[in-house]
Amino acid sequence: MRAGVAEPTLTWNLARDTSEVLKYHFMVNALLAGTIVAAMAGLLGWFMVLRRQTFAGHTLAMMAFPGATGAALIGVAAAWGYFVFCGAGALAIGWLAGGRTRSWSEQSAGIGVVQALALALGFLFVSLYGGVLGDLENLLFGTFLGVSDGQVLALAVLAAGSLIALAALGRPLLFASVDPDLAGARGVPVRGLSIVFLGLLGLAVAATSQITGVLLVFALLVAPAATAQALTTRPGPSLALTVAIGVAIVWVGLGIAYFSAYPAGFYVASIAFALYMLARAWVWVRGVHSSQRRAAPGVEPEMGAGPPAEGVIA
Amino acid sequence: MSAVSAVSGAGTTAGAAIELRDARVEVGGRTVWSDVSMSMAQGEFVALLGANGSGKSTLLKAALGMLGLSAGSISVLGGPAGEANAQIGYLPQRRAFDAGTRLRGVDIVRLGYDGARWGVPLPAPRWSAAGRRRGADAGRVAEAIERVGASAYADRPIGECSGGEQQRLLIAQALVQRPRLLLLDEPLDSLDLPNQATVAALVARVRQEAGVAVLLVAHDVNPLLPYLDRVVYLAGGHAVEGTVAEVIDSETLSGLYGVPVEVLKARDGRLVVVGQPEPPAHHHDRHEHSHEHAH
Repeated sequence: MRAGVAEPTLTWNLARDTSEVLKYHFMVNALLAGTIVAAMAGLLGWFMVLRRQTFAGHTLAMMAFPGATGAALIGVAAAWGYFVFCGAGALAIGWLAGGRTRSWSEQSAGIGVVQALALALGFLFVSLYGGVLGDLENLLFGTFLGVSDGQVLALAVLAAGSLIALAALGRPLLFASVDPDLAGARGVPVRGLSIVFLGLLGLAVAATSQITGVLLVFALLVAPAATAQALTTRPGPSLALTVAIGVAIVWVGLGIAYFSAYPAGFYVASIAFALYMLARAWVWVRGVHSSQRRAAPGVEPEMGAGPPAEGVIA
Repeated sequence: MSAVSAVSGAGTTAGAAIELRDARVEVGGRTVWSDVSMSMAQGEFVALLGANGSGKSTLLKAALGMLGLSAGSISVLGGPAGEANAQIGYLPQRRAFDAGTRLRGVDIVRLGYDGARWGVPLPAPRWSAAGRRRGADAGRVAEAIERVGASAYADRPIGECSGGEQQRLLIAQALVQRPRLLLLDEPLDSLDLPNQATVAALVARVRQEAGVAVLLVAHDVNPLLPYLDRVVYLAGGHAVEGTVAEVIDSETLSGLYGVPVEVLKARDGRLVVVGQPEPPAHHHDRHEHSHEHAH
């Protein structure tokens, strides 16, 4: 290590490295914004993974393309475009693909149509704009390092609102996600919850894609939840672990990116991928281990039910 | 055949679990069944039989108030359908949980108890009022799981449980709110024969221990034969009710289907119905579209 060089260098002293990172206001803002979107995307992503709505989430992420280009066309801040299009996309998906009467293939076909329309609109806006959209790279890969104080505040307010809504809806939403038929019979508004959830997911996607870009939203939306769900089946710890993993991914990713020539999004996505693969490997190892231990019983005898019914012999 | 049920004059039978009088249900403009009258007393174990599409699940949904009648009347636990749902344990017809469902059996049972309540359960210390209530709720869930003999695998992810284990946990889920009436939609479906027998025995035992009336939809009566009080058979848009011997009979079923149908009795007591107009069930394609079609 040469003394007196302005280039940031990674040392083995973690405390020194951390204080070096926190010296700069833009890094503090990046960490704050990253933490907020990691928590918000993690919690909504947890339900999204449980509800198998990953494709819907992906389509909502694509909404940022017409959102940003449309905003550029009429000359307003890109964030407005993100939120308007993600919200409209959530409603369209909820209306087209929602309802328990639709089969799985019909749902994904409906979502695919919405996605195609969104991308086509984005393309239209680009050609109407005529000029070169300078922010195209930011749109796709995010602007971790250019987050303003106002943006941090807006993200915090948005995240707080979403979390309060999610806390109020949490248990019936879980019920409707795992067991829609029974939840409906118990008076849970399954269809309404589905649309509200997609709306919240749209907000989370819009907020996250401002930081990570359209293409890397899933690093924070899917990977932490999928990793946590692979590791534990208890809903409470699983949600907590999701947030912890998401926040850790952002901090470590930003920290490494500060000292390196490669973009933050690359590190965030790579760490998310590595953690997910580790979790899958752990599940696989545990599965092999427990199936060796457990002699697989063919029929489970009904305990304390007396003799089996007569006349039925397998 | 409704002579078996004790219908008292014009009013509803006192203490009836479910009572239908000249009921008709239409789904999407099509009459599923009409002129259906049945009465089921408290604590009775009744099987609801019939071919696919005969409207068995529709009858359960009508009893839950999820579908309105277009004619006739229905009363459930002494009131209009839908009002006493908190006292009804319902097990919807379904496929098994996907192998990737990352929730434990105990969580699924738990949702049957408080899943419809808004909010989320927050951690609370054991000595606080909220903590004590949480403890009592957990005890209730454990009790329902104990009752169906599922304690050994209730902490495993439900997707990793076998079909018979899942069915037992789902019965625990229906029992957890201590219902007076159980509506079970094809709980024996997709189980192998030994598991059909043990789950049927379990339902009979639970019904006795918990003193709950059971209306169980099945399309094979044989696993249930040792335990049933009566059966209701839906076919051709109408229903007959009575004892197994009265209803599952060549003459009665021929009248119901409108074509000659023969009931054969095997030496071990199993009943086989031959010659129904509809082809026998294809187990798998039925469920794919279960939401579009009324059963």
